Amino acid sequence: MATKITDNTIDYIAALAKLELTDDERRRAAEDMEKMLDYIHILEELDTAGMAPAFHIFPVENVFREDQVTNGEGREETLRNAPVEEDHMFVVPRTVD
Amino acid sequence: MTREYETVIGLEVHVELATRTKIFCGCSTAFGGRPNSHTCPVCTGMPGALPVLNRQVLDHAVAVGLATHCEVMRICRFDRKNYFYPDNPQNYQISQLYLPICREGYVDIDVPEGVRRIGIHEIHMEEDAGKLIHCEDGKRTLVDYNRSGVPLIEIVTEPDMRNAGEVNAFLDKLRLIIQYLGASDCKLQEGSMRVDVNLSVRKTDTAVLGTRTEMKNLNSFHAVSRAIEGERDRQIALLESGGQVVMETRRWDDGAGRSYAMRSKEDVRDYRYFPDPDLPPVHMGQEYLEKIRAQAPEFPAEKMARYREEYGIPDYDIRIITASKHMADLFEAATGICGQPKKVSNWLMGETLRLLRERNMDAQDIRVSPRHLAALVELTEKKEITGSVAKEVFEVMFESDVDPVKYVAEKGLKTVGDSHLLRSTAQEVIAANPKSVADYHSGKEKALGFLVGQTMKAMGGKADPVGVSGLLKELLQNGKTGA
Amino acid sequence: MDLLSLSAVELSAAIRAGKTTAPQALEAVLAQMDRMEETCHCYVTVDREGARQRAETVQRQIESGVLRGPLAGVPFAVKDNLCTQGLRTTCASRMLENYIPSYTAEAVGRLEAAGAVLVGKTNMDEFAMGSTTETSCHGVTRNPHDPGHVPGGSSGGSAAAVAAGECFFALGSDTGGSVRQPAGHCGVVGMKPTYGTVSRYGLIAHASSLDQIGPMTRDVSDCAAVLEVISGHDPKDSTSIKREPQDMDFTGALREDVNGLRIGLPVDYLGEGLAPQVREAVLRAAETLRDRGAIIEEFDLELVRYAIPAYYTIAAAEASSNLARFDGVKYGYRARGPQGLEDMYRKTRSQGLGPETRRRIMLGCFVLSAGYYDAYYLKALQVKGMIKQAFDRAFSRYDLLLGPVAPTTAPRLGENLADPVRMYLGDIYTVSANLAGLPGICLPCGRDSRGLPIGLQLIGNCFQEKKLLRTAYTYEQAVRESIPPTPVVKLPETH
Repeated sequence: MATKITDNTIDYIAALAKLELTDDERRRAAEDMEKMLDYIHILEELDTAGMAPAFHIFPVENVFREDQVTNGEGREETLRNAPVEEDHMFVVPRTVD
Repeated sequence: MTREYETVIGLEVHVELATRTKIFCGCSTAFGGRPNSHTCPVCTGMPGALPVLNRQVLDHAVAVGLATHCEVMRICRFDRKNYFYPDNPQNYQISQLYLPICREGYVDIDVPEGVRRIGIHEIHMEEDAGKLIHCEDGKRTLVDYNRSGVPLIEIVTEPDMRNAGEVNAFLDKLRLIIQYLGASDCKLQEGSMRVDVNLSVRKTDTAVLGTRTEMKNLNSFHAVSRAIEGERDRQIALLESGGQVVMETRRWDDGAGRSYAMRSKEDVRDYRYFPDPDLPPVHMGQEYLEKIRAQAPEFPAEKMARYREEYGIPDYDIRIITASKHMADLFEAATGICGQPKKVSNWLMGETLRLLRERNMDAQDIRVSPRHLAALVELTEKKEITGSVAKEVFEVMFESDVDPVKYVAEKGLKTVGDSHLLRSTAQEVIAANPKSVADYHSGKEKALGFLVGQTMKAMGGKADPVGVSGLLKELLQNGKTGA
Repeated sequence: MDLLSLSAVELSAAIRAGKTTAPQALEAVLAQMDRMEETCHCYVTVDREGARQRAETVQRQIESGVLRGPLAGVPFAVKDNLCTQGLRTTCASRMLENYIPSYTAEAVGRLEAAGAVLVGKTNMDEFAMGSTTETSCHGVTRNPHDPGHVPGGSSGGSAAAVAAGECFFALGSDTGGSVRQPAGHCGVVGMKPTYGTVSRYGLIAHASSLDQIGPMTRDVSDCAAVLEVISGHDPKDSTSIKREPQDMDFTGALREDVNGLRIGLPVDYLGEGLAPQVREAVLRAAETLRDRGAIIEEFDLELVRYAIPAYYTIAAAEASSNLARFDGVKYGYRARGPQGLEDMYRKTRSQGLGPETRRRIMLGCFVLSAGYYDAYYLKALQVKGMIKQAFDRAFSRYDLLLGPVAPTTAPRLGENLADPVRMYLGDIYTVSANLAGLPGICLPCGRDSRGLPIGLQLIGNCFQEKKLLRTAYTYEQAVRESIPPTPVVKLPETH
């Protein structure tokens, strides 16, 4: 089955992924994705009815930490790599609420 | 027109859990730190950092679920909710969608028609976001991650409420339960309890639900009521004018008394939830649930019954005291020290409520400690201070929880007994008020009251009024016979 | 003494015996870098001065008896997706070109605590997405055995650095074969332990449910020694497993004994698409083990052809979420002069992330998006479960599985990048172990006619690293004459 990826789909995915694509990139992305999805479609040959999705491969569960403060003042290290900083905070272009 | 419509309301209530540390790291949840000071690689989304679940978060969430008659799931899991926003350092929020911790509970509320059962659809655990501060230039926003990763539970109700009264009754009850559990202080104003209102209207003769809107930014019970009424009216007016309600998120502006459609945070809203591979599932066995159940505190109904039995104070007092876990704790502890339930209760019913009202405060904000309240009761019992001095002292205690014994001593507020000073003051009052003295002798009892008042005033309140009255009678009698 | 001809364990023994010192070993490695780096470009960052200070300190601690372990004083390298406090960690991406972590990854910290001396960070495919080390923003790494060929990937820098004598061992990370395959292409030993054995804390995630850190070493003994240091429960990683101590006594498994061991050869690992010379070398290795008493049998592993599509679906989905944090707000690259927040996100990510990374992020967003989650993502997880069951059936009959690590020896530079599906097919023998969480080891089993190394892969049941190491050690000892354990370090002519 050949998958068809439309411009709309590519734009939608680019919006989710927060990527900007030129026309050329958009066309190539669609081609790549069609190829990859065609390949992924061979999974449909398998009857997986009743098979539980294997989210975690081993039955590790109930991993906790105790409610004790273990971290001290973290400001300097948190901000060390900030591209733009002001008043010990990260700066971004204005967000809208 | 309004009568032809029924309002259908469901709530999403976010409650910040009372833990020392964040949900997935050992950073403090304390308020008031300098920006980004309570942060680490985990809660700022640094590359390579991994989350580990705070056990206390689970305990609190299960306790709330059990207290609201939910089914606590045997297995729950965390999912990632993917969306880009700067308050969310990983650009995904760790939350629960597919297997939340609790499902299908209820809270019964009292309404004028009797008891109404409000269904709880689910409760899930999640992490809070950081804080965004908008600069005045309108171009930049600053980001502080101190609150990023603070644990929340979100309680999602069924659309079972029909008006603001029911919503407030539900929120009151829910808040009380959670406060009793010690799972949160649930302060709307400070944001430790946040309410989003999902509201739709429908013609009373139809069963189909109308299109709903989601209302955010409700910072007080009052705002919740006003927002509900405003949104109901807006939707009805819209429908009546031939328009349609749009499914959207709206922001309530309580000052303006109206709501605004929030501009969408992003053009597409597709959260691509999937199980967080960094966090293994949580399995809750019967034994664990029983342990949490056993730790549950005495809830208001049980407490009220016990108070009747144990303390013999009026039902009115009991209702008010148990309506706040904090007040009930204060009452029990102070009574335990001084052994005077009614006297303690009087302080709470009288001065405390008056001051709370006057200052627009919540019962949780009472700062008076049980030890000091008990001491105050004992001071008045032993008549070491007078009633009016006691009230004055209490007001100071209410402000800053001073030790009344020390305070009375420092300020010299002790009641003056039958001393030379009192006697000479009384004599001066008698001498200065011949008219009242004459009235008294002619049988006008009221005149004595006036003289007592004058004497108390001259003593700065530090005299026992009964003693003053006796002394005056004695002096007046002596004066008459002597004359 | 030619220090560079020693293994890590031998070097440490020599230092402890006073025959050489940690600083001398370090200088030998730095001198080798001067000879090799221009050609091979294994490293992204070399911390010469920091390493010199650490070597001095470690030497004093060895002399005073504080450090006695088998890695004390040994210079090592780390893949550039493992965080190192104060030392640039780039993931070979423009996005993190100047990122300085505030903490050190658990596995690296354990090695440093054992006295190993970190010399630098090795090149890799950007965010570990690739199998040739060609998607790095820092340029390609070349295979020391033939600079016209890639070293494999994504841990290509680590593999090449070990092969070129530019360190005594290295760490890599393996999401779909990224330790084992470059080890094979560079003729060194590489191991992916059972999922949860080595803490992922500080490993910049590609696909969290599949990522595992592993040793890349000159021989099997070094591999066991390194694994012993880096493995063990870490409370900072919730997926870390608490294993029995006797289960993790990896150096104790270094015995020549495969008598009666049942080894299965999946027929699908030896069929179509496998280069004849690779096939020959792998079958010869199986014969060698049979000669030592192992029982060798071909069998049908089932579902082999479904492993890659399931793997790419799952890995892309997780990567799309894991890499969302790279947005220009908190660290890393940020586009200049954006028109508002949305524009900043899009420009930053489009300029900061390379084409292969963007390709996989988009695939991941797609398979998780509304309407496709069940059909793609859940389906892939169901297939993952079926693959695990197929391995369970296999391990009810066999102690371990044997096969090639890759269909061919190291490809030429530039040969593989154009067609994603063709590139992904190169991972066919390795991704299953990641999907099923199983341990796998790769070790050299010969060379092709061009002189490029061929890798032999052994896959064990979960928690059976000791069986893998014992078998690998037995094989290594058996062929030590014909296939020297320490790769021959060649000086480059010109390029």
